[in-house]
Amino acid sequence: MDEVRVVEGSQAIARAVKLCQPDVISAYPISPQTHIVENLAQMAADGELKSEMILVESEFSAASAVTGASAAGGRAYTASSSQGLLLMTEVIYNAAGMRLPFVITGVNRSVSAPISIQIDQQDSVSLRDSGIIQFYAESSREAYDMHLMAFRIAEDPEILLPVMVCIDGWILTHNYEQVVFLDQETVDRFLPPFKPQQFLDIARPLTYGSHAEDDVLMEMKYSIHDAMIRAKGRIKEIIDEYAQLTGRYYSGLTEAYRTEGAEVILLGMGSMMGTAKDAVDEMREKGIPVGLIRVLCYRPFPYEDILAGTRGAKVVSVMDNNFSMGSEGAMGMDLKAKFCNLEDHPLVLNFITGLAGREVGKETIWQIVDRSRVIESMGRPELESYWVDLNKEILPSGGVP
Amino acid sequence: MKRSLDQQEELFAPGHRACPGCGEAILCRMVLKTTGRNVIVVSPTGCIETFTSPYLYSPWRVPWIHPLFENAPSIASGIAGVLKAKGMDKEIKVVVIAGDGATFDIGLGALSGMFERGDNVTYICADNEAYGNTGFQRSAATSLRASTTTEPAGKLSLGKSRPKKNLPAIATAHGIAYVATTSIAYPRDLQRKVKKALNIDGAKYIEVSIPCCSGWGFDPKLTIEVARLGVQSGLVPLYEIEAGEITKVHKIKKRVSVEEYLKAQGRFRHLFQSEKGKQELVKIQEVADHNIERLGLL
Repeated sequence: MDEVRVVEGSQAIARAVKLCQPDVISAYPISPQTHIVENLAQMAADGELKSEMILVESEFSAASAVTGASAAGGRAYTASSSQGLLLMTEVIYNAAGMRLPFVITGVNRSVSAPISIQIDQQDSVSLRDSGIIQFYAESSREAYDMHLMAFRIAEDPEILLPVMVCIDGWILTHNYEQVVFLDQETVDRFLPPFKPQQFLDIARPLTYGSHAEDDVLMEMKYSIHDAMIRAKGRIKEIIDEYAQLTGRYYSGLTEAYRTEGAEVILLGMGSMMGTAKDAVDEMREKGIPVGLIRVLCYRPFPYEDILAGTRGAKVVSVMDNNFSMGSEGAMGMDLKAKFCNLEDHPLVLNFITGLAGREVGKETIWQIVDRSRVIESMGRPELESYWVDLNKEILPSGGVP
Repeated sequence: MKRSLDQQEELFAPGHRACPGCGEAILCRMVLKTTGRNVIVVSPTGCIETFTSPYLYSPWRVPWIHPLFENAPSIASGIAGVLKAKGMDKEIKVVVIAGDGATFDIGLGALSGMFERGDNVTYICADNEAYGNTGFQRSAATSLRASTTTEPAGKLSLGKSRPKKNLPAIATAHGIAYVATTSIAYPRDLQRKVKKALNIDGAKYIEVSIPCCSGWGFDPKLTIEVARLGVQSGLVPLYEIEAGEITKVHKIKKRVSVEEYLKAQGRFRHLFQSEKGKQELVKIQEVADHNIERLGLL
């Protein structure tokens, strides 16, 4: 019997992780952490969770401990955020390169300086090139489901890469929401024990982390990319399998919302897309042809789904909750790169929104759509990215828009 | 461990690409002869990774992983955690073999974490007193007045101006189960200490002096001889610490002056070429004298 409860997002994720029965859970408290590992630690202290808790002295070691655990053939989990994710970066590249799967919860928060514990996706997006698969949840219940699927995806013999489930700080981690919990038996059917074909096995000794040169390194890197690309299909199959078992259906790597006949399509990820859906509903009621595509899986980048979903639209307005200094928002760049060789494609606009948790309300979405329609009617954007709600009065330069 | 080294199973295969006379390769061979097959070895970035792991070749006849420069202790903790979770921690041991750069400098934070948690790992530092793999740069393990490529002797410099970091004392301060120092010149001592560490539950630290012929500047055939001189001079004291107390020291049978040890190496050559250098030799002799007196090495 499924258990329905209203819980904090962190608690929901901890319960999902518990059902996955990791051999090792590693965590560092600050930089900053959430209640996720505190909940897991309490479960371990009460004997409800059998995992070995490795309480490390830094996120660098948290990522390292799960990498070592994975190399030893164990299932492993950690969580981090912001500075902690950046500190893990070198290890994430290394783990992906050695094809060692584990799951991280990436709680999205700003990156210092200035220091802030508020929400944006700069931290996890900075890891986009490392070889870690990235999911972004819109709600706590989705985060719960994504964690259960993340272990299956990471450990899939055709994939074998670390997976990060990203959730916005505060809005998802600390929010209370109704979540339907699965029972252990159901999860066990979906997620069998991790039995890797290769690991640090005394019966069949292997050498991990070899030194490679120009004769093979390109092929090794290509094989990570190849696994990522092929993962797109496997992820969809795993999502379908999860749906059959639980009755919880996710549309795949992206979710299209009211895109039929839409002239303006908003593209983005994370919790702000829930608000954007409400704004789209309001606009549709007023006859404005607008729709939305939410990216659930950012790496591998599901551009085929986005291409298919935006066909016929006049403009795609990408809302980036991150920024690449000296260039533009990361997903804006991704989409422009994928569109530029097509003969016919919608105009792509890039809006930088909600850094350090600056409110992205329905009126923000209205503003983005209004502006998109004006720019589209004029033909071309005068800027490659627009910082939404930028207060020019406090900018030393007076600021560009 | 009664049989001689030659009769023990060879788990570190020949054919790797270490320099002739490499002390670290000798150490790897001795350690694996001591552990046997039921071991997982972690080595951070450094000479070991470079000379043992050119892709598609490996001398390691046991499972081995090279992660990054600064995280071997936490990688080892993760491995030990899985072995414990699966109830295999009595059967399979986790050993780190790491250079002094990884141990004394860049990986010290992770090592301190592993010590404090008391994870079931035997950490062996192959101490050649510098970054040997990348051209012999100074590390915190470099001895006082040794010349390295980043703190060289010169017209205004007599080499390293600070003493070697006392890592066994730092390890001991964590309250770990076992701390020892040893040298490749004394294989029985080395094997006994590794064996002992493997059979103790918790975090263990063993520091092994391994002369580096190319960095220290001596003929490759003299590696063991130079290692032995280090011990006989009192500059490389061999001892064991259990529960925070020194429980055993390796007595020096034939004492030599520090000059005899230092003059065998190019990295100390400058000390013999000036009055100021000779004054430093007196200070270094005082270090050896202090070790001998403090630890009762005679």
